[in-house]
Amino acid sequence: MFDVIKNKWIFFNISIVLLLIGIISMIFVGFNQDIDFTGGTTMYVNIGAEFNNDDVNAVVTEAIGTKPSTIQKAGANNTEVVIKTHSLNTDERAKLFSAVQAKYNLPQEALLSADNVTATVGDELKWNSFWQVVMATLLILVYITFRFEFKSGVAAVIALVHDTIFVLGFYSIFRLPINTTFIAAILTITGYSIMDTIVIYDRIRENSRIMKKAPFSEIINKSIWQSATRSIYTPISALITIVVLYIVGVPAVKEFALPIGMGIIVGTYSSNFIASPLWDIFKGDKKAKTTA
Amino acid sequence: MTASSKSLTKLLVAVLVIAGALYVAFYGATLFGRTIPGALDKQAGIKQGLDLRGGSIITYEAQTDTATDAEMATVVSMLRARLDKLGYTEATITRQGVKKVRIEIPDISNPEEAVKTIGQTAKLTFVDSDNKVILDGVDVKDARQQFGPLSQSGKSENFVELSFTPEGKTKFAEATARIAGLAQSNKNFIAIKLDENVQSQPSVKEKIDSDNCIISGNFTAKSAAALADLIRAGKLPFDLKDVELRSVGPTLGERAMQTSMYAGIVGVILILLFMLVMYRLPGLLADIALVAYIALVVGLLTIFRVNLSLPGIAGIILSIGMAVDANVIIFERMKEELALGKTVGASIDAGFNRAFASVFDSNVTALISAAVLLYFGTGPVKGFAITLGLGILTSMFTAIVITRFLLRQIVALNIRNPKLYRAGVKGGISNV
Repeated sequence: MFDVIKNKWIFFNISIVLLLIGIISMIFVGFNQDIDFTGGTTMYVNIGAEFNNDDVNAVVTEAIGTKPSTIQKAGANNTEVVIKTHSLNTDERAKLFSAVQAKYNLPQEALLSADNVTATVGDELKWNSFWQVVMATLLILVYITFRFEFKSGVAAVIALVHDTIFVLGFYSIFRLPINTTFIAAILTITGYSIMDTIVIYDRIRENSRIMKKAPFSEIINKSIWQSATRSIYTPISALITIVVLYIVGVPAVKEFALPIGMGIIVGTYSSNFIASPLWDIFKGDKKAKTTA
Repeated sequence: MTASSKSLTKLLVAVLVIAGALYVAFYGATLFGRTIPGALDKQAGIKQGLDLRGGSIITYEAQTDTATDAEMATVVSMLRARLDKLGYTEATITRQGVKKVRIEIPDISNPEEAVKTIGQTAKLTFVDSDNKVILDGVDVKDARQQFGPLSQSGKSENFVELSFTPEGKTKFAEATARIAGLAQSNKNFIAIKLDENVQSQPSVKEKIDSDNCIISGNFTAKSAAALADLIRAGKLPFDLKDVELRSVGPTLGERAMQTSMYAGIVGVILILLFMLVMYRLPGLLADIALVAYIALVVGLLTIFRVNLSLPGIAGIILSIGMAVDANVIIFERMKEELALGKTVGASIDAGFNRAFASVFDSNVTALISAAVLLYFGTGPVKGFAITLGLGILTSMFTAIVITRFLLRQIVALNIRNPKLYRAGVKGGISNV
């Protein structure tokens, strides 16, 4: 039986390296913030045929007088385009779409979706999202303290922060857009990853009662292994649906499925290899005392 | 009846009920003259969010530092009147925060035009029969809905009381003197217009030289308040600006709906197979419980008329994946108990009892996240939180209550071959 506690520094080091890369990227490269947070306009247009990004860029630039921030192909056959610009008012939006319409000879229905967020609203959304994550984490800490003990709560929250930083770092490195949907996904990850941790903690709590004389590290190790099948099966079944959603979904669904899928994997990892060994470290003593 | 045939009957009835519930949840049914709408019913079924049926969400912000509740109520009335006028009777208006108003309009063909017309500064005018402007918004000081007798002997009724600025008073006195004289030609009325739409057309019987006047008629408390609101809208001290627009065309909405349904069906089939392969007989029962779960969630969404948005569907599909978690935890415990040499019946009981704390605690923490999302989130995020929370609660019920009930019947049927219950135990990593 592989001793997770004895080998904890292998996992800690892997996490530290990965998280550091992510944090460095967050500090020096930052995020690709979507219009939800910066303010801006997104127009999703069905061109219906292959097209050249530069052509669209030229048409948009001529229509609104400034260059769009991104032009991105979308859809199964890459015949749709997502145009992002700074926040445009009603007239400018109409002008932009008419120009694209004229260029590719499109009907009104070709405008699949249009979003506009002004900068002040974006700022509010950003802070609102930040506080949501903080609130959820604190409440979870309180609940774990109540059901287990404070030290285990801190260990669980560190694992949660680990998961959040990992996903954030990934988004920073690969320049993936973050928006309110992403924040909802992060919160879902928080809720999901904590489930894994709790299942193992519950086993630790139970085993502590039975194995009164055993060192705490041994109890944790045994608990991790007793929960191992569940730690594999449940993420697999959750991932099944998420992967299908990612493959067939429209862009708005893909944006949601990707971070959740990543969170499921990293959450399982951190519950077993971060949260559990950390509890042992915080507990300090080698003899198991009473665990609530 | 023997104990085992009784259990067989219970089992079959349970399976039939679940199958029936699944059908009714999606397609509806008519029982004893009462119709239960199915989720797929166009009118009474699940309410589709704007990102699924197509539509626009527009948020307007009052361009001022602070707005009073009364002013915002006036804004809402004004927007309602304009939406109705444009034919968007299904649109909903909600106030957001202190000075924002959020409008959701389904099935809108040209959102940009709507954004412009709906958010315009309101123009209030009082005109005579020749459409000549007598006075406008700046001349009115206030308008209030009142209730009381209009004459000494009269009954109490609802009316609108207008008060004028000194300038308005003069203009109004001059105009009423002139218009009262047109009684013979039936032109003795004043039309109160908002954005060129006549809101009320009271007749004038005499010159009114007072800084307030009364508009009476067949008002209810509500209609009088609405008129007062609209008149006040004409003198709002701020403009409205569209600060956020989310618009989804009907094509994209339909495609989002179809692909999500497809993902849901494929995902569910894969999970059913997964559980069956991994847990055999208990897996089959967990599958039946999962079907019950789907029927329940869909039914609840229909009954509570939850506004189902795209993230909401993602929430449901995710919760299906998570719903099997409780069963996985329980079955793993059962396998351990079986490995200790306990009987199948005892293992089932011990498995459920021991797993309960774990299932409960893990679900509560997930519910905490859902609650935070529900409380602080806006729009689509709220929809996601509702379906996720509903999914967590329902899955706890089906995984614990329904699966346990089914397992008990199986045990009573004397299907006790442990092999059917402990697939994979041999090489299973849980067999420590």
